Amino acid sequence: MKYSTWSQEAALAVLATLREEKGAVLMALQALQKEFGYVHKEDVTLVANFFNKSRADVHGVLTFYHDLLTEPPADNHISVCVAEACQAVGSRQLEKDVKAKFGKEVHDGYCFGNCALGPSAMVNGAIIGRASVEKIAKART
Amino acid sequence: MKIYVPGDSAAISVGADEVAVAIAQKVSGATIIRNGSRGALWLEPMVEVETDKGRIAYGPVNVEDIDSLIAADFMHGGAHKLSLGESEKIQWLASQDRVTFKRVGIIDPLSLSDYETHGGLVGLRRAISLSPEEIIEEVKESGVRGRGGAGFPAGIKWKTVADAVSDQKYICCNADEGDSGTFADRMLIEGDPYTLIEGMTIAAIAVGATEGIVYLRSEYPYAIKTLQKAIDIAHAFGWLGSSVLGSKHAFELKIRVGAGSYVCGEETAMLESIEGKRGVVRAKPPLPALEGLFGKPTIINNVLTLSTIPAVLADGAPAYKARGVGRSLGTQVFQLAGNIKRGGIVEKPFGISIEEIVNGYGGGTLSGAPLRAVQVGGPLGAYFGADKFETSLDYESMLAAGGMLGHGGIVVFDESVDLAQQARFAMEFCALESCGKCTPCRIGSTRGVETIDLIIQGVKVDENKKLLLDLCEVMTDGSLCAMGGLTPMPVKSAMINFPEDFTGEVSRR
Repeated sequence: MKYSTWSQEAALAVLATLREEKGAVLMALQALQKEFGYVHKEDVTLVANFFNKSRADVHGVLTFYHDLLTEPPADNHISVCVAEACQAVGSRQLEKDVKAKFGKEVHDGYCFGNCALGPSAMVNGAIIGRASVEKIAKART
Repeated sequence: MKIYVPGDSAAISVGADEVAVAIAQKVSGATIIRNGSRGALWLEPMVEVETDKGRIAYGPVNVEDIDSLIAADFMHGGAHKLSLGESEKIQWLASQDRVTFKRVGIIDPLSLSDYETHGGLVGLRRAISLSPEEIIEEVKESGVRGRGGAGFPAGIKWKTVADAVSDQKYICCNADEGDSGTFADRMLIEGDPYTLIEGMTIAAIAVGATEGIVYLRSEYPYAIKTLQKAIDIAHAFGWLGSSVLGSKHAFELKIRVGAGSYVCGEETAMLESIEGKRGVVRAKPPLPALEGLFGKPTIINNVLTLSTIPAVLADGAPAYKARGVGRSLGTQVFQLAGNIKRGGIVEKPFGISIEEIVNGYGGGTLSGAPLRAVQVGGPLGAYFGADKFETSLDYESMLAAGGMLGHGGIVVFDESVDLAQQARFAMEFCALESCGKCTPCRIGSTRGVETIDLIIQGVKVDENKKLLLDLCEVMTDGSLCAMGGLTPMPVKSAMINFPEDFTGEVSRR
């Protein structure tokens, strides 16, 4: 996936689009991640100042949500669902195999709402049903 | 020539996009419609063609099948080994009683004219002609209960918000469908988004709210796209905005996307998350109906609850409550998942048995191995064995059987399942997803994992089982919300219904 290179100006430009939103801290962090692939360490201060919150508030939000990343992402974002419905069709083993093969690209997933066609995986935002290591490998870029 | 290839993400997950592209390339003059899925998910991608005899279905269709389908003239309903006959006569679908899901899979999700042709906007137009009191009376009278899992009567909640005096009120739709084994919210949003928008608009008119928010989970990128498009179209049409369909009511609707936190499906954590904060549960009271989003009176309802409202207003409360049993009136959208041969959406009146759903509709396990357990109602629901399969699926009967109906998801496991591992996972998941506000949930879940590990290893099994039950009691009674309060349900039900997995002996594993 292609992301912009982080700079303070670029980050502030993202925040400027959210000026009118109420309760926008989480939205802001999501928007920054969408633009740069992760939340840069200086973003905490920028977001705090922009929305008149404390840095502790923003740090708290950043560390609460699983989606938010604080390191530049790998080339692919793979999640294998390891919730019950997918466990019932072998997702625990699949997750191990996929992790062994693709390492840091793999994140835990808890349900993509595809529970009748599991095991399910998501690769760079595209959903895969009846997933296998081969299918996931094919969907990588 | 109209050819339907579902754009539902479950269908896409098994190749519907590739099939749609191949048909577009190879069949000249075809208009391809990306409908939602009718819910027979094991038949996806299920392609339908419009013929003089109605829609004819084929499935599951793979890209490699397209050439032979064309050779068989499927464009005009020709015979083929994948032919399922007339869509409306597929027994699995025809035997259902679709109310909330009546348009899903049939219409083009984003076509307003399709929506109106199939009965859309009738409920809203009627609501506009009624007084707010009359709308709420109709909803109360129908007996519609909260589909998120709690089963609280929608009409009573609405009345509380309507009676609250405030300069601003909100309608929040909880679309944070995080429970494994549930996917009805997603399928409705992807397959018939206007129904949700209509239900929310009716709620807004009933209580005097002018702003609505759908809290939609990030794991559903396809649903987010479809709903946003539907909102934009509804806006341009004059449905949303300063004058709803030319009436004196104003209603604006926005999506807020979740960020991968399960506990944000709990209504007060959801409010915190919409406000941009950590998804930490609030103590109740105050009820969100009185002090909800940004401290204002707020209706919080699940996608299915709100999406059922248009039918209640269109057809009237008596028609709706004619279905169901006891105090569980109307239909429930059951979701059949996991190790199941014929999984998908089964909408039936409350009161159908687990047996009818799992073995009747589901046809047993996908693996073909004997079915050992089902989990009903999501990760916080109970594990049952076949001895409980005659239980009626309604709120009260499930409670009496030591479980809950939850959001109507049923996950099937074959004989390879180890219930001690499932119990451990329930505690592990709670430890991972606990918001951390209350001690029984935050600490108890980790202690639960440790205790189950000791049982699995065969260390002082009887003492540790006793300790685990005691811990479950503390979590049930002492937790602030359903996350910690219900995590003991899968744990205890696994211990009670499958004691042979908790002996500490490795024989079964």
